[in-house]
Amino acid sequence: MAAPLSLQLVAECRVTKARLCRLRLPHHTVLTPVFMPVGTQGTLKGITAGQLEALDCQICLGNTYHLGNRPGPELITKAKGLHGFMNWKRALLTDSGGFQMVSLVELSEVTEEGVRFCSPYDGKETLLSPEKSIHIQNALGSDIMMQLDDVVSSTISGSRVEEAMYRSIRWLDRCIAANRNLEKQNLFAIIQGGLNAELRRVCLTEMIKRDVPGFAIGGLSGGEEKDDFWKMVTLSTDFLPREKPRYLMGVGYATDLVVCVALGCDMFDCVFPTRTARFGSALVPWGSLQLKNKQYAKDFQPIDTECNCPTCQRYTRAYLHTLYKSDTAALHHITIHNIAYQLHLMSAIRDSIEEQRFPLFIQSFMRRMYGSAEHYPGWAVEALATVNVRLE
Amino acid sequence: MKLILSSVVNGCRLGKLTEVGRNGTKTIDFPGCLLYTRTGSAPHLTHDTLHLIEKVPEPVQLTLPTLAEHHEVLEAYKEGIGKFIGMPDSLLYCSLHDAASPCPSGYNTNKTVSVWGGGGRIELTVSKFMEIQQAFKPDWYQCMADGELLPPGTSRKRAKKSVDRTLAFLDGCLEMHKKSEVLKNTEIIGVVEGGDVLEERLRSVRETIKRPVGGFLLDGFHGDDVPNDFKLSLLSSVTAELPEEKPRMIHGIGKPDEVLECVTRGVDLFEGFFPYKMTEQGRALSFNFKYKMDPETEVLEKTSNGDNEVGSKGVPSEVNETPFTIDLKREKFRADFSPLVEDCQCYCCKNHTRAYIYHLLVTNELLAGVLLMIHNLQHYFGFFQSIRDALRDNKMQQLKELITKQKS
Repeated sequence: MAAPLSLQLVAECRVTKARLCRLRLPHHTVLTPVFMPVGTQGTLKGITAGQLEALDCQICLGNTYHLGNRPGPELITKAKGLHGFMNWKRALLTDSGGFQMVSLVELSEVTEEGVRFCSPYDGKETLLSPEKSIHIQNALGSDIMMQLDDVVSSTISGSRVEEAMYRSIRWLDRCIAANRNLEKQNLFAIIQGGLNAELRRVCLTEMIKRDVPGFAIGGLSGGEEKDDFWKMVTLSTDFLPREKPRYLMGVGYATDLVVCVALGCDMFDCVFPTRTARFGSALVPWGSLQLKNKQYAKDFQPIDTECNCPTCQRYTRAYLHTLYKSDTAALHHITIHNIAYQLHLMSAIRDSIEEQRFPLFIQSFMRRMYGSAEHYPGWAVEALATVNVRLE
Repeated sequence: MKLILSSVVNGCRLGKLTEVGRNGTKTIDFPGCLLYTRTGSAPHLTHDTLHLIEKVPEPVQLTLPTLAEHHEVLEAYKEGIGKFIGMPDSLLYCSLHDAASPCPSGYNTNKTVSVWGGGGRIELTVSKFMEIQQAFKPDWYQCMADGELLPPGTSRKRAKKSVDRTLAFLDGCLEMHKKSEVLKNTEIIGVVEGGDVLEERLRSVRETIKRPVGGFLLDGFHGDDVPNDFKLSLLSSVTAELPEEKPRMIHGIGKPDEVLECVTRGVDLFEGFFPYKMTEQGRALSFNFKYKMDPETEVLEKTSNGDNEVGSKGVPSEVNETPFTIDLKREKFRADFSPLVEDCQCYCCKNHTRAYIYHLLVTNELLAGVLLMIHNLQHYFGFFQSIRDALRDNKMQQLKELITKQKS
């Protein structure tokens, strides 16, 4: 059966590996490259579904591990899936719950069977197997499900990385077999192999054979050196089939997004823009503003005079600084701005790819972000050079 | 500012204030309530989420304790607080206290009044208080007052002192107000004090009405210590003395039954902190104020409203500390896919279920506060609309009975 997804290549950059695609999903058609904000527990941190739609967010994430615990798959099924439960009409992607293995490692033990967790809510031991993960994700009804993978920290090497890679392939097969909703839900494979190019190649070769509707590049963005990170990304996109979407997991810093689009990735997610907002940090084209800092107490400009978001249209840095200490509305204002920033960045990238001026976009993006070439991060310069962009 | 009284029935005043505000362009319907804010923001809400709510009242209440410490910022800003908080066109009333966070008593003196902000106690003199008002440039402000809640049995001497101090503060404020160019079109609201001593209350009101105030604030009627009947008769005695053509506000009263009691005693305007307090407790306002209901729908309503914690059966539940609401943190809502209130037209009820709100509350998600606030405000504003409709239709008795029935 054909997957409930289609990827139409609208434009390909003639210089870099960047591509503009129309990704048709059961609930929404998404233009890529796309950034997907993370709504861990069936809500995007204080922002209503209506506000998210008004910002033109096309797809967002839910976390299987959290939603599987609370409210649980039975209740979500009764609520007509995660779409119905949170009343979000557009596309949803759910992770497999596997990433929490790294983040909650002391609570888990990995065997061939699956991942054994102690629930932080009730202390009960539960097994997250590939079948269980897909069972929950089938209940959630997301447009894109992620396979359960064996996640190891990107900073370790050796036999554990190899074991995890091979296990992830076996688990992919179990996930494919467990999927009960082939008509409405896509299952993506996750490429593992740590920072070892050979292991990555093996994993890519094996997973590509499975003919899944899309691929994620996993096991990165976990504190590894950026020099290692981009090499694994570009190696993966070189291997991956042109006609399927490529999702780079856990990437959300502006520079990383721009570089990895140039390396050929289509989809990104990260908690960073929304999490940092709740710590009072607003994203701007030249970095970020710590609105909590006293320097903004009497700064009567908007966060970014060129930003069109609802926050910048109405509120000053001084007011957000004032409100931050007293009401959650301040967090909502900054969260909205940060999501708008990310989405605007991606739409500017898409426009430039379509108009065949993405390399120029990169030049001006870098200049704005870092001021001058001597401040450019070396890894970005090097990575971009491999796709024929020489930063001036 | 003009006050047009459409009717006075059994003590209840129905009417409107016109040509209100610095620009003289606003209208306020009364009985009504204010939009409660903290640090100039409706709690949890952005401009966009606030505007999802229907019938948001024109006047916005700024609470001085949440703003006083930002005085210097506003002075530097120069353009007034309305623009600073992103509500440049709103009608702004600045109150001295914040009913949602009562402040400790015992700090007021003959020269100063204290308010508590995020950074602790702020001691206000008349001149400091007036500097703040000049930096804020509100449309109305409550005059500085010695408004501590006086416990029952407080000496007559203390009540007298509160009246004396408050009158002295009023004279001090008025003197500076008159000289102020920026407050030229701003109204000062005189405060009636006097605790539960009738003579002092009357002295307070009689002295205050002699002064050029834009309206009256009836302060100190909200303590739980004094029997309700006594307070209400005291309130009647005070409002009987007030001129008809000026608005009367009350502070600290928010529960639906208490609001109606005060309306019956001639009060026009209320604060809007009650929906916020309920939101903070994870509660949704669920009381019925549709006095117009035909008998058939009433039967349906009774059956479907079975989970209103007071219950239409008239049996007060033991754990129910707050009538008129439902506690969304209760397990029984875990799989309840109905809206907070059946037929409610608010954004929350049209788009979300009790089960979702329950989930957001148990997972401590910020959206819980946003959605509950939207529902609670719209419900509360609808209640005030219903009071005005009932007065117009001569159905206040029906509304009162309906509300009383739902009180524990």
